[in-house]
Amino acid sequence: MSQLVFDPSKVMDIDYTQRTDYLDGLAAIKAAHKVLKEITYTPSLPDKGYTNRTLYVNVGSLEITEKPVTQQMKDVFIGGRGFGLYHLWNAVKPTTRWNDPENEIIISPGPVAGMTQYAGTGKSLVVSLSPQTDIPIDSNVGGFYGPLLKFSGFDGLELQGKSDKDIILFIDGVKGIIRIEEAPKDPVDSHVLAEVLTHMYAENEKDLPNISVVSTGAAAEHSLIGMLNFSFYDRRRKCVRFKQAGRGGIGTVFRDKRIRALVVRGPKVAGDLNHPADPETIAKTGIKFHKEMRENDGTQCMMRRNGTAHIVEIMDAYDLLPVHNFQYGSHPDVHKIDSSYWQQRCTQHTVDGCWYGCSMACAKGADGLVLKTGPYKGDMVTVDGPEYENAAGLGSNCGVFDPDYLLELNFYCDTYGICTITYGTLTAFVMECYQRGILNQERTGGLEMTWGNAEADLEMMHQMARGEGFGKIAGLGVKKMKEYFIKQGWGDPQLINDIGMENKGLEYSQYMSKESLAQQGGYALTNKGPQHDEAWLIFMDMVNKQLPTFEDKAEALYYFPLFRTWFGLNGFCKLPWNDVVPADNSSQPEAHKVPEHVQNYVDLFSATTGIKISKEDLIIQSAKVYNFQRVFNIRMGKGLRLHDAAPYRSLGPVTKEEYESRAERYDQQIITEMDLDPAGKTTEEKMAMHRQWRTERFSKLMDSVYTRRGWTLDGVPTLARLKELGLDAFPEVVEVVKQHL
Amino acid sequence: MKQLVIDFQKCDAGRNCNHECEMECAIKVFKVDDPAQAALQIKAYEEGGGKAILCDQCGDCVVVCPSEALKRNKLGVVMIDKQLCVGCYMCIGFCEKDAFMRNPDWIVPHKCTSCGICVKVCPHGALSIVDVPEPAVRII
Repeated sequence: MSQLVFDPSKVMDIDYTQRTDYLDGLAAIKAAHKVLKEITYTPSLPDKGYTNRTLYVNVGSLEITEKPVTQQMKDVFIGGRGFGLYHLWNAVKPTTRWNDPENEIIISPGPVAGMTQYAGTGKSLVVSLSPQTDIPIDSNVGGFYGPLLKFSGFDGLELQGKSDKDIILFIDGVKGIIRIEEAPKDPVDSHVLAEVLTHMYAENEKDLPNISVVSTGAAAEHSLIGMLNFSFYDRRRKCVRFKQAGRGGIGTVFRDKRIRALVVRGPKVAGDLNHPADPETIAKTGIKFHKEMRENDGTQCMMRRNGTAHIVEIMDAYDLLPVHNFQYGSHPDVHKIDSSYWQQRCTQHTVDGCWYGCSMACAKGADGLVLKTGPYKGDMVTVDGPEYENAAGLGSNCGVFDPDYLLELNFYCDTYGICTITYGTLTAFVMECYQRGILNQERTGGLEMTWGNAEADLEMMHQMARGEGFGKIAGLGVKKMKEYFIKQGWGDPQLINDIGMENKGLEYSQYMSKESLAQQGGYALTNKGPQHDEAWLIFMDMVNKQLPTFEDKAEALYYFPLFRTWFGLNGFCKLPWNDVVPADNSSQPEAHKVPEHVQNYVDLFSATTGIKISKEDLIIQSAKVYNFQRVFNIRMGKGLRLHDAAPYRSLGPVTKEEYESRAERYDQQIITEMDLDPAGKTTEEKMAMHRQWRTERFSKLMDSVYTRRGWTLDGVPTLARLKELGLDAFPEVVEVVKQHL
Repeated sequence: MKQLVIDFQKCDAGRNCNHECEMECAIKVFKVDDPAQAALQIKAYEEGGGKAILCDQCGDCVVVCPSEALKRNKLGVVMIDKQLCVGCYMCIGFCEKDAFMRNPDWIVPHKCTSCGICVKVCPHGALSIVDVPEPAVRII
């Protein structure tokens, strides 16, 4: 396939400052707020990336306290996801479930977060017990909340307890005030709520960029797939935009606690608020990266033009784009929703980073969308993205190739507070169940869930937001839908289990892993469930062909989950790691690791914290947290080999039409991979041969990966591995493991 | 817009002068006694001739600045608002002429603002401020 060339003359001419105004009711909403608790505190800026304290808020008892960040926390958990898991471990018992008051939501940005000189340094990690998986979920998110929280004086925020009324937690990091307010009349959906709250808490127009809001929407209250929107104020568009902590239902936990929103007002951001140990190294490394973006992005990924949607056509060309619930890997209508369209439709005359200094700027925005359905029908809105996951999940995986409907689905997912990836995969499952007669109009309450029926798709989402009808069932997610359909006797249980794309209770994200053994493991052998951020190996494996052997794939499943975990400990985004690479990268040893960028990260951590590390230390830092999380899963009743099982749709062809659509490939594999002869065999016989080969190969991969990770063949970290990582200092961790050895 | 230009028919790339332009800029504009911090830099090539690193007010940096700290003034000159700058240095990284500078002692970067201080001190009369049309805004 040829490199797409950007043509500025084709960009749609849309006035990106125009949209429906939602501020009319602001005064009345504000007047209804009632202060339930207010304390004062001393704001402080970080020193070498840490403020050395976290904030604990119990929304039930209204307790607000500061906790010190200990040296052990820094040494073992670093920050971000590490701090989240550490606090959550201490907060819950093995019997705790997502809707128990002791469950927490922890937001932590990490020591590097808030740096403005390097791309992708504004991330927060959000951790909670998931309503979908019953184990810890971690979700990384951009937007300004994490950095502003840190610049207000806190390395993390722990939210515990349950309120009996809708509340807002406001942190004023300038004046040193923390307030819990009852918010009885606040709007529910994020695009209205965050706009209103940003203007309510900003002291004047210049203060708007110093406000960030965490919120969710109506569907988070009636489903298990709720997500959190983290806002940032877009100065040029003059509106509030969002990035999402999407996976695992944290928005549902948020609303179960009756939290309407978190609002932070931070100090005006400057280049030195993180007070790094060595600002000169950070400046030089940042400028080097910015130059790389300027020089290479236009001929590599075009992230500044297309965002992550640049891979839609690549995935399609390599037969890896999920189509019709991961049945197929390409579709003739993909050109309608690929990046050649999005770079015309998304506004290109503006700045699209979700934190200062992000020269990769992938947070594209489609302006001027007039909604066709739902409670905001007729409104003109700005929609973020669509990112690749949304184009693939809401689009091709459901057979929706109308870009305006795709944007509307994306918009409503965002404002209703549900995860686009999860919603895409569960809708694709519903549509395939409809195709195969497991569902019908009677069972869906009239929704005609045929491939590509975007109106029915949107109506299901509106039902989810209203807590009504089939939408409420769909909002339980694929795992619980499977159980429900089987219990109702609506179809062959094996087929339902084979095509329901979930693992550990979390829906798969949007890559076809059937032909990529590395990605099969990258999905199923994860801590939190099948989300590509832990091991996005499909591109490396199938497009760049950098993992040719079984051993290469197994090694990649050791290294990359640890390498990628590290981003989430520190507040980094993963995209600038390999969505642009130095011009000479391909000639470097271990090019797939992007060695120059790895060195950048080593340098940035060392320069921020003053603690000199090597690239090997980076992996050890991650391994501590990664293994701690694995043990946490075991403590909560999962985390063993059986929980890493993959639905067969992710490993191979489930149905006859899937097999026959790629018969030449599959027949050839019988000859070359299985050393057997497909001649004279029926499709069913050949499918059975594939099933045996593919499941055995996956099982062998599990053995290799577990061994490489220092785990038993049941997936349990060994005592030797725990000791090697220093986790034997936590007797509770050792106790959990001992019960499984 | 006002733009500083250099005439290499007259400038000999510092071979027969004391880089008065750089010194004057450093001292008068940036209050430092170090020509390396000046907003224009004259470099001599070994093989003869030379080049000047200076801002032509193209405005690419205005497009990439995330905090709207860079704007044109009424003379068309790109100015930096120190209060709005977040020190991200995207202006430096995206400047094709390497004209955005950074002093390691300062957080906020700096560049030529066509003030003309250097013009007055050039012993060869090689520098001048000209008035040229603003280029179209580019998508960067």
